[in-house]
Amino acid sequence: MASVSTYVPSLELVERIANGEISAIARMISRAEAGMPEAREALAEIYQRAGRAHVIGLTGVPGSGKSTMVSALAARLRATGSKVGIVAVDPSSPYSGGSILGDRIRMTDLSQDAGVYIRSMATRGNMGGMARATMDAVDILDVGGFETIIIETVGVGQDEVEIAKAADTTVVVSAPGLGDEIQAIKAGMLEIADVHVVSKCDRSDAHRTLTDLKQMLTLGVKGGKKSEWRVPVVGISSFDGTGFDELMKALEGHRAVALHSEMGRQRRVAIAGFRLTKTAENLLMERFARACAPLTLDFAQRLHRHEGDPYSLAGELVAASFGKE
Amino acid sequence: MAQPIRVLVAKVGLDGHDRGARVVARTLRDAGMDVIYSGLHRTPEEVVNAAVQEDVDVLGVSLLSGVQMTVFPKIFKLLDEKGVKDMIVVAGGVMPDEDAAALKQMGVHEVMLQDTPPAAIVATLTRLVNERGER
Amino acid sequence: MRDTVDRNVLDPSAVEAVREQERDWEANEVAQFLAKQAERKESFLTLGDFPVKRTYTAADLADTPIDDIGLPGRYPFTRGPYPTMYRSRNWTMRQIAGFGTGEDTNKRFKFLIAQGQTGISTDFDMPTLMGYDSDHPMSEGEVGREGVAIDTLADMEALFEDIDLEKISVSMTINPSAWILLAMYIVLAQQRGYDLNKLSGTIQADILKEYMAQKEYVFPIDPSVRIVRDCITYCAKNMKRYNPINISGYHISEAGSSPLQEAAFALANLIVYVEEVLKTGMQVDEFAPRLAFFFVGQADFFEEIAKFRALRRCYAKIMRERFGAKNPESMRLRFHCQTAAASLTKPQYMVNVMRTTLQALAAVLGGCQSLHTNGYDEAFAIPTEDAMRLALRTQQVIAEESNVTQTTDPLGGSYYVESLTTQYEKRIFDILEDVDARGGTIKLIKEGWFQQQIADFAYETALRKQSGEKALIGVNIMVDDTPDPKIETHAYDQTTADRQIARTQRVRRERDPAKFEELMAQLLEVAKDDSQNIMPITIELVRAGATMGDIIESLKTLWGTYRETPVY
Ligand SMILES: Nc1nc2c(ncn2[C@@H]2O[C@H](COP(=O)(O)OP(=O)(O)OP(=O)(O)O)[C@@H](O)[C@H]2O)c(=O)[nH]1
Ligand SMILES: [Mg+2]
Repeated sequence: MASVSTYVPSLELVERIANGEISAIARMISRAEAGMPEAREALAEIYQRAGRAHVIGLTGVPGSGKSTMVSALAARLRATGSKVGIVAVDPSSPYSGGSILGDRIRMTDLSQDAGVYIRSMATRGNMGGMARATMDAVDILDVGGFETIIIETVGVGQDEVEIAKAADTTVVVSAPGLGDEIQAIKAGMLEIADVHVVSKCDRSDAHRTLTDLKQMLTLGVKGGKKSEWRVPVVGISSFDGTGFDELMKALEGHRAVALHSEMGRQRRVAIAGFRLTKTAENLLMERFARACAPLTLDFAQRLHRHEGDPYSLAGELVAASFGKE
Repeated sequence: MAQPIRVLVAKVGLDGHDRGARVVARTLRDAGMDVIYSGLHRTPEEVVNAAVQEDVDVLGVSLLSGVQMTVFPKIFKLLDEKGVKDMIVVAGGVMPDEDAAALKQMGVHEVMLQDTPPAAIVATLTRLVNERGER
Repeated sequence: MRDTVDRNVLDPSAVEAVREQERDWEANEVAQFLAKQAERKESFLTLGDFPVKRTYTAADLADTPIDDIGLPGRYPFTRGPYPTMYRSRNWTMRQIAGFGTGEDTNKRFKFLIAQGQTGISTDFDMPTLMGYDSDHPMSEGEVGREGVAIDTLADMEALFEDIDLEKISVSMTINPSAWILLAMYIVLAQQRGYDLNKLSGTIQADILKEYMAQKEYVFPIDPSVRIVRDCITYCAKNMKRYNPINISGYHISEAGSSPLQEAAFALANLIVYVEEVLKTGMQVDEFAPRLAFFFVGQADFFEEIAKFRALRRCYAKIMRERFGAKNPESMRLRFHCQTAAASLTKPQYMVNVMRTTLQALAAVLGGCQSLHTNGYDEAFAIPTEDAMRLALRTQQVIAEESNVTQTTDPLGGSYYVESLTTQYEKRIFDILEDVDARGGTIKLIKEGWFQQQIADFAYETALRKQSGEKALIGVNIMVDDTPDPKIETHAYDQTTADRQIARTQRVRRERDPAKFEELMAQLLEVAKDDSQNIMPITIELVRAGATMGDIIESLKTLWGTYRETPVY
């Protein structure tokens, strides 16, 4: 029983998204993920309308308790009346390209609440902890009426961390029991934090992590890059609720500073710049991939026969591809 | 490059027999699909909410406790209420043949019972998504 | 009993002679045959991946001490828990049954007893297993479907009406809510004036394997284990013949594990329970004699027999060496066996009878104390009366016609079986050591360690079925397109839920609310204090008309619920 095609044009989805219609939001995110040319105009319209939501980015090594914390944090935010959108990114398997997106299952407590939208995304080869369409999804949710949007990145633990160039407020999560060093430092994530969280503070070994991290920050390892904002270290437990009042205050506080300071303005320009170059890169990549496809084999054979070197042939390939367009 | 097929593998009701569901999740991932697993003991409401938010191509529900005739009508009613018309719904697990037939009548695209080879599940889902076309 | 020096079956010079013979045989007879025709497969493996040799000789027993083989009814009980076994009494034929309301299942019990069944075994519906009352929203569609629905003492009265509980042993397959059913059973017995010390039977109550495999859990691990502990200590003091737990490998296997994992993980769970009870100050010999086990009978015939024999040997050694048991009763492993439901197929479903027969025979040759044989229709739904009668007859043929029961452990001394038994023992102890080294069972459950190993073997099995490496008649070989004869499956009675809910609501209406509230408050006090036993207050509660759901929901407010991290 194959169903008849019921394709709804993307532009028609925009109003429905603005009305908060979940299935329209969900479909638009899928089209953004697929990079469908048909959706570009609609996404442009959406970008124009977006920009109201507070975007909180969460990063930290795998297993540090990010998803569990998102779930508890979203419940708190809901209690203030705010609608919460969540974009949770998990890695794709490098072997099959598939994934098991495991963050959502940690957020089961939110599953009955119509004021929470959770979307799982696979990285599909994108480095830096986010998926290509993550920011599109944020815009769509923003237009859909979600006032706070939380991005849970992959716990990459590498220094290439895009989230700080995408979120209004970046939270770095460290957890006890995942090795004795402060993971944030190891992963080069110390500097990007607007708020530091030490999770799992119901555990006895969390105290150590907390004091170590605080000490590290006061020792002058660069942590506070912005003078208007002193980066706080908040200990939380997503199991018993410890520290969430403080966390809420920190997030609110950072947002207020970011909205009304020069530092905040610069940050937003930087975010826009990153978005622009990232998108341009993707466009170029797409165009190039399409255009070079018919030429690649020929060039590869020439390289194989040593009729040139990799640099000059690649230069020629680029020129030929775009020239051909 | 084609988009990976998105699948929600769901366990509805009280039964905890998740061996099949988890083997399927792993199989689909290894076949290059994006898989979300609902976890155990979910209600039809929770499963449909998740399927709609995630905009999955396929909602697969695994049942071994005989409640298929209670669960699937609810799922279709909820999808309908949410205006979702193009979701592919499949069933898996253990059930009598009459029930499997009744489910197909109801709109379940495919019923894949215990011992369906993993490769056949992959092939079936891929075919169903291709038949559906762009969305 | 046991000599300090290990003596082996053969002395070293004899072993060498046998090995020489083997080498000669390989070089001559075997080589000549292989030159003409290769064997069917490059390597032969048991279902659980143990390599199988071309043939076995006495040399394969070289490292098995004769005292490890021993004699039936003597430490380490490899050859059987009792010296005379089936020559004295056959195993208990215990077909599980349960559907609808107490009345409905009571009828099935009486039918089975009339057919010659010698023990009762009860299957509960999903809401009962998970601690929900029949009128809870989560119960919709599930009341009395896969088992009998029990909410209150009144249901228990109906379930066992006119069945003499001092005469027949009753097994209840239930876990997170087991202690409440035990409480109902106790009150029922008291109402009828029975002596609690004469009741025999068991609750399953093995909660750890739920987190590992079957996934019927309610509370987090710690309070759940405490409840198990309370059942064990309560029964040790008040119900001398009752088995307060059935430590179960069965569900681990059904979740996809190998037979080795089934055996080793069940023993890992045993160790936790024993340690918990010892912490209360009770001596091991005070409760260990009533610990009982439940294992699957899988398809690999000799491997299963070796598994059962190795389990008995390992258990005896664990209880004596690790826990210092002195009483031989504490060292003899007694087990119930059920044939493997996961091995049944829908296509050519009558072939399930043959599968079940072989599995049952392995259980008997492996020395089981009680046995359930599956119905041929269980890949469709819960079994019909006809399917259950045939399954019972299968056991009766083995018991009455095959003469396999005339001598104890007829495969004792088989080079193959003895060798595999010893290999199983070694590998089981390796796993237990590994578990200890990694920080113990409970920690590893939380980390998903057992779950991942089970999932890996399950995935492997699915691929092997697909490739045909694991043969399954009607599925990947001997596939036959002629339709199977139409099967009558057990029909669900649509009036069940209404009938059941009516009774539950009547009980709630008729109870004394003041008394009920007072007892519920006491329950929470007892629950908060880990040093108290939860059984007495539960007994008072069910007597006063508390439902299972009342008790479970109130404890959820205190303890919370368990949520797992799935592995794939
Ligand atoms: N004790 C304690 N454990 C926690 C807490 N929060 C999370 N955990 C546990 O930490 C583990 C990982 O939690 P997740 O929330 O999945 O961590 P994550 O950072 O989202 O993990 P990935 O998405 O895989 O990178 C789980 O076993 C949680 O139960 C907490 O507040 N206290
Ligand atoms: Mg996560």
